[in-house]
This record gives sequence, structure tokens and C-alpha cells, in this order.
Amino acid sequence: MAPPDKRRPGFSRKAQYKIFTGYLVAFLGAFGGLFLLAISYLDPAAFSAIRHGAADLTRPVTEFFTAARSTGQKGSSEVSAYFDAASKNAAMQRELEQSRTQLIEARALKQENERLRSLLGLVEEEGEPVAIARLISSTSSSTRRFATLGAGRSQGVEAGQPVREQRGLIGRVLSTGINTSRVLLLTDTNNVVPVKRASDGTVAFAEGRGDGLLNIRLINIGANDVKPGDIFVTSGNGGLYSPNIPVAIVDSLANDGAVGRPLSDPAAADFVVVQPIYQPELVPEAQGGEAGDEASGDDTEGGQ
Amino acid sequence: MNTVYQKRIDREPSSIRIGLIPIFSVMIGSMLVLFIPYIASMPLLPPLGLMMLIAWRLIRPGLWPIWIGFPLGLFDDIFSGQPFGSAAFLWSLVMIFIEIMDNRFLWRGFWQDWLIAAVSIMLALIGGLLINNIIADAGNLTILLPQIILSIFLYPLVLRIVAWLDRKRLTT
Repeated sequence: MAPPDKRRPGFSRKAQYKIFTGYLVAFLGAFGGLFLLAISYLDPAAFSAIRHGAADLTRPVTEFFTAARSTGQKGSSEVSAYFDAASKNAAMQRELEQSRTQLIEARALKQENERLRSLLGLVEEEGEPVAIARLISSTSSSTRRFATLGAGRSQGVEAGQPVREQRGLIGRVLSTGINTSRVLLLTDTNNVVPVKRASDGTVAFAEGRGDGLLNIRLINIGANDVKPGDIFVTSGNGGLYSPNIPVAIVDSLANDGAVGRPLSDPAAADFVVVQPIYQPELVPEAQGGEAGDEASGDDTEGGQ
Repeated sequence: MNTVYQKRIDREPSSIRIGLIPIFSVMIGSMLVLFIPYIASMPLLPPLGLMMLIAWRLIRPGLWPIWIGFPLGLFDDIFSGQPFGSAAFLWSLVMIFIEIMDNRFLWRGFWQDWLIAAVSIMLALIGGLLINNIIADAGNLTILLPQIILSIFLYPLVLRIVAWLDRKRLTT
């Protein structure tokens, strides 16, 4: 059916003006949107109060659904575990044998490490977790990757604190509300994490690509000896992230480094841990420059 | 006469219901992110608020003034994670675009409407990425591809939901 032709409303001046005003207000709306965009460009934290207010208000509902998620996941994984129980059991036996010997070696190494550290007079402090909470939702249609955490200022969470789960780093806190806070996920294109290769300490940067993967850029560009399967952990350079949190496993190689998959899975994590901001105390002189870089990176991303 | 029919014949549903159901359905579409307990590490979920808006606009052309994209877009901005004002701007443009299409192509069917919706969704998503690229580098267009395809193929379903809501809205 053809709709009535609204372009020619006859000779009624009133009807003609009405159409004209409609278009005018619509274009004003578009310009209003541009104006707000300009404000959020100049002051990224300008509207974060509204967002955190909304997140705080909707938190009970969101947490309810999140709890449903984790029970659902447990159920399905328990069912699927029955299907390949026998072969899995054998594989796990083999793995257990291997890890037993490795565990003994690791213990010996740990003791040696402690002895050497005490010789040097270094005491490494493992930070107490600030908060343990659930990730309750994430931005899904936007290309930016943020998640909402079910803990905020009142639980002691502050902007900049790293967030991790058992398997690895998830991201860091961008801004906080009263009972919720915004987490910049590892895969966001603005998240840069200083990392090193777990095996030999080759220094690199892990950058989000926005599509669930990470670009791993080596600092020493000439010698790219990264192989698929290499594991990168946080190096602790520049502060913020405490060292040795698993970050990514290399998937494929690129010109100036590699493409990695994050080791953590925010969708599968039941609870995440918010850690205090790491401040390197051992060799503060060597890391001054990178700390400055981190701080300037924060400014451009805050509150979006 | 049966009391059931007495309640339904020659009665108009309240004007509040007629007016509010479309607006609330779009707002819930924007907020649906909160109810889907999935932490996505890549953009995949379709922009449901926008799709609801487009579906209402194409089903009921005279329902809203042209500028409706601005207030509903502002609400979407609270939850979308885009820089504030992004949806207010893009949704306004989408509404103007659909208005122009509405005037230009009078004889349309389902397929043409779907095409208009697909182009609108694509413009809004790509526009959102470009806005992100101005404010902070947010990657290239290829990361949007799965989301765009999913949104376009999900549109008829959203249209169905809107048509059902429309029926509920107008019948008593």
C-alpha cells in the first residue's frame, strides 16, 4: 500500500510549516548530537556521572542475570564432561605425571629464588586484592570494549587498578561509580599492556585489536623470534600491572611481532579480582619514561 | 452479550499505552545489553535499540516526529559505550534518511523496507566506528563485518516483535 503523499500537503500553510519544522528540529537534533560529541571529545569524563548512575541503578537486575549465567555455564560444562570422560581421564593422568616432576623442579627453583632474593635484600610484596566481584555486563554493539564490574568506590575500587581472573589479565578499571565501575577490557584498541615472553623475558607491548585478539609488538623489532604457542605475561614495566600476570598466547606471526589470543576469558570468568595499582619499587630509575607514557594514555581514554 | 466481548468491542486502549509502548520498546532495546549476561570481547551484538526504532518507523510512518532519533539516541548513549552524543547524532541522521526514502519511494514492499533498514543499520554502525576513530583509535572496518551481517539478518525478527507489540498496543 502506498502511504499518503506527505510531501505535498495541499495548500494548507499550517501543514506545510509543520513538515518544515519537523525537518528543522531533526537537523537541530543531529547538530545537538555533534555538540555533545564535541564535549565528550574535549572532556571524556563529562558524562560519566550519568553512565555510572545508570549502571548503579540497574545493578540489581544485571547481577541477577549474571548469577543465572554462571549457574547455566556450570550445568552445561558438567553435562559435556561425561561425553569424553575416559579419554580425558587418560590424558589428565599423563599430564599429572608430567606436572608432578615439574612441580618438584619449580619448588626447588622457588627456594633458590627466595634465597637469592634474600641475599639481595629484596622483598616482593604480593598485593592484597582490593575487591572480588563479578563482571556484570559489557558494551556489546559499540566497537569500544568496556565491561561493568559489580564493585565500585564503596568497595575501594579506584581508576587504574588492574582486573584479573585466575587464567589471566582482563583489563583495568577506567572509572568508578558508587557500586559499579567501568573496566577497559584487554581487547579494546586503546589498551596497551607492557608484556614479556614468559620463557626468556623478551619485552613487548600487547595492544587490543577490537576483534577479540591482541597485537603483540616487540620492542626489539629486528629479531622476531616469536613462535606460535609462546606465552606472554605482564612485565610490570611502568607500573599499573604487577608482573607475571598471564596475558596472551601467540596465535600467528605478523611483520613486527605476532597476533595473540588473550588467555583470560571475561565471558567465562565467574569472579574477577581487582588488584591494587602496582608500583615498581625495585628499580624506580629505569622505569620513569614508560610510566609517563601510561599516564598520557589514560587521559585520552578516560570515561568513554 | 458476553462480558469478555463487552470489554473489547468499541473500546479504545488508553492513549498512554498507545504512546508509550513504542518508546519503551526502543529504550528496552537499548538497555538489552544489561540483561544479556555475556561479556563480549569483540563487538557482535546488534544495535537492538536502533533496530526497534527503524522497525517502528517503517511500520508506522506517522507515529513519531522526525526528530525522535535525538532523545532516544541520547538514552542509548548512556548504555552503548560509545562517546556521549554519538547515537543522538547518528539516529537523527537515520531518521532523516528514512524520511527522505519514504518520500522518494512510495511503492515499497517488505524487501525494499528491509533494504532501507539494512542501509540505515550499516550507516549507523560504520558512523559509530568512525566517531570512535576520531576520539580514540578503534580499529578498521573489518571488525564490524560480523556485527553488520548479524544485524541485517536479525532485522525481520525485530520487525516481527514490533508488529506484535503494535497489535498489543492498539487492541484492547
